[in-house]
Order: sequence, then C-alpha cells, then structure tokens
Amino acid sequence: MRLTVNGEAHEIAATTLADLLAVLDYEGDWLATAVNSDLVHKANRAEFQLSEGDRIEILSPMQGG
Amino acid sequence: MFDLLGTNLSSRLLLGTAQYPSPAILADAVKASGASVVTVSLRREMAGGRAGEKFWSLIRSLGVRILPNTAGCHSVKEAVTTAKMAREVFGTTWIKLEVIGNHDTLQPDVFGLVEAARILCEDGFAVFPYTTDDLVVAERLLEAGCKVLMPWCAPIGSALGPINIMSLRSMRGHFPGVPLIVDAGLGRPSHAATVMELGFDAVLLNTAVARAADPVGMAHAFGKAVEAGREAFCSGMLEPRDVAVPSTPTIGRAVFS
Repeated sequence: MRLTVNGEAHEIAATTLADLLAVLDYEGDWLATAVNSDLVHKANRAEFQLSEGDRIEILSPMQGG
Repeated sequence: MFDLLGTNLSSRLLLGTAQYPSPAILADAVKASGASVVTVSLRREMAGGRAGEKFWSLIRSLGVRILPNTAGCHSVKEAVTTAKMAREVFGTTWIKLEVIGNHDTLQPDVFGLVEAARILCEDGFAVFPYTTDDLVVAERLLEAGCKVLMPWCAPIGSALGPINIMSLRSMRGHFPGVPLIVDAGLGRPSHAATVMELGFDAVLLNTAVARAADPVGMAHAFGKAVEAGREAFCSGMLEPRDVAVPSTPTIGRAVFS
C-alpha cells in the first residue's frame, strides 16, 4: 500500500496505524498521530485501518517559542 | 504567586525553549529565569521517536508547567489538529494558539484565530491566543471562550520591544479583569519591565534569551525585570509632568541676602 508518512512516500504492507508505527520503528508514548489531517488517538491506532494514499503525520515534542 | 487560570505560578515570566545553543544551556536558562511555564512545540519525528523523547525528558526534568503551541500553523484546520495532538502528547489542555496570517510579519490571521479558538474552547481547551493588540479582535476572542489574551508588542523575534504603548495601555484599560500576557517582540529586560509597569500580568519570550551572548545571564536578567516591573505597577508610579517640581522642601531654607 502506498502511503505518505511525514511527507515522504512509502510502500508498506501494514494495514493498521499501529502496525505502521511498528514497521517504521516509531516507539513511545510521546508520539501523536494524524491521518489525512485528523487526529487518531493513541488508543485507536490498533484498529485504525489504513487506506491506499493515506497521509500520515507522526509528531513528537520539539523546542518551541 | 501568580494565579493563571486557577493555577498558582511562582513567576510571571513564560519562556520559550527554541534556539538555545544546547539542551544544557536551555535547562540552565529556564532555571535562572525562574520561569514556571515553558512553551514547547510538535514537529515531524524523523528519528523513530528518539529525538522527541530526549527533548521531552529534559523538559519534564525541569518541573515546570507546559504550554504547547501551534507554531507554524497557517489554517484553522492545521491549528485545531495540532492542538489536539499536543493535548494527547503533553497531557495538558493549555494551548498557545497561533494561526499565522503573513509570512513576513508573522502576524496572526485574526479571523482564523477566532474561529480556531471557538472550536478549541468548546472542546475543553484553555486557549492562550497569540493575537495583535486590536481591541475588537480581543473582544471576539473572549466571546469565543478565551480566558486569557496574548497580544504581541512587536513581530516575533524582532526584539523591537513595545512599539505601540498606546495600544497596550488601551488593552489593559479595556480588559481589567482578563489576564494579559505580552507575547512576541521583546528584546531587552527593560522592554519586559515596561510592559509589566503598564499592568500586564506576564510576558512570554524566547529569542531575546536564547540568542543572547549569554542566555543564562539574560534569562536571569529578564526574570528580575519582570519582577521589578510588576512591583512598580503594584506600587503606583508618578505621572509625568511638564514642569520641574523641587524634591527638597522650600520651607525653612536659609536666606543669605
């Protein structure tokens, strides 16, 4: 399945958002995820089914002003 | 102590965490400033979550309150989604809401700001809106549910200081019961003291400390300036006069002629 993760194209077999994070080695409670510009809660990642062309954003804490 | 939305804070200085020469200097600057609130952001994680983990761990070790921001968002949708993601990561309903409207000045898109503020307030957020010094926009933000306002005093990172004292004074006068925090544009401790003398409740700054030759020293200086400005405001200052008035009593002076 073709997905865009943080602006980069990926060809990935994962079917759920949780699977995708595992495949890409994203770990930790400090990550927030959005699919097609909508937040997907941590608790819902395991059952969230990805679709062809989805745009996924994975964000983490960063310096800010 | 400073009561901000029901939270007791030990300082009226809020400090940003960006642009420091190193994480150690950032930590030392926060401590030297006495700030009890720091701003943080969310960005794309490119290293499997570990860069974010390291930063987040450092911030948590400081024992300060977190004010996440939506910096860099240019639309209501972006800002709302970022705020929701920040709530999940940082575990706070506080959000510094930025909806940028102009690339050159980084001034807020006040129309989008009001719309995003309404959506987030209805969703239970405590919205700290980065806004201009416009009174009408301020009214709309309060109507949208904001309990605090954060007007700029000059463009972000400009270090120009309060370029429109009249507007800031007017804002303070119009909203006597609303916590007002000057956000953006401060360059020197004297700028912070000036806005605190006007009766603002707090200041939020970043670049002036982070990009100073000695960020830790500058953080300490800003902390003292904020305290001095507040104490001066609470102590009641003299109004300026156009004529000289002798400070030494004239009664009882010697006459030699």
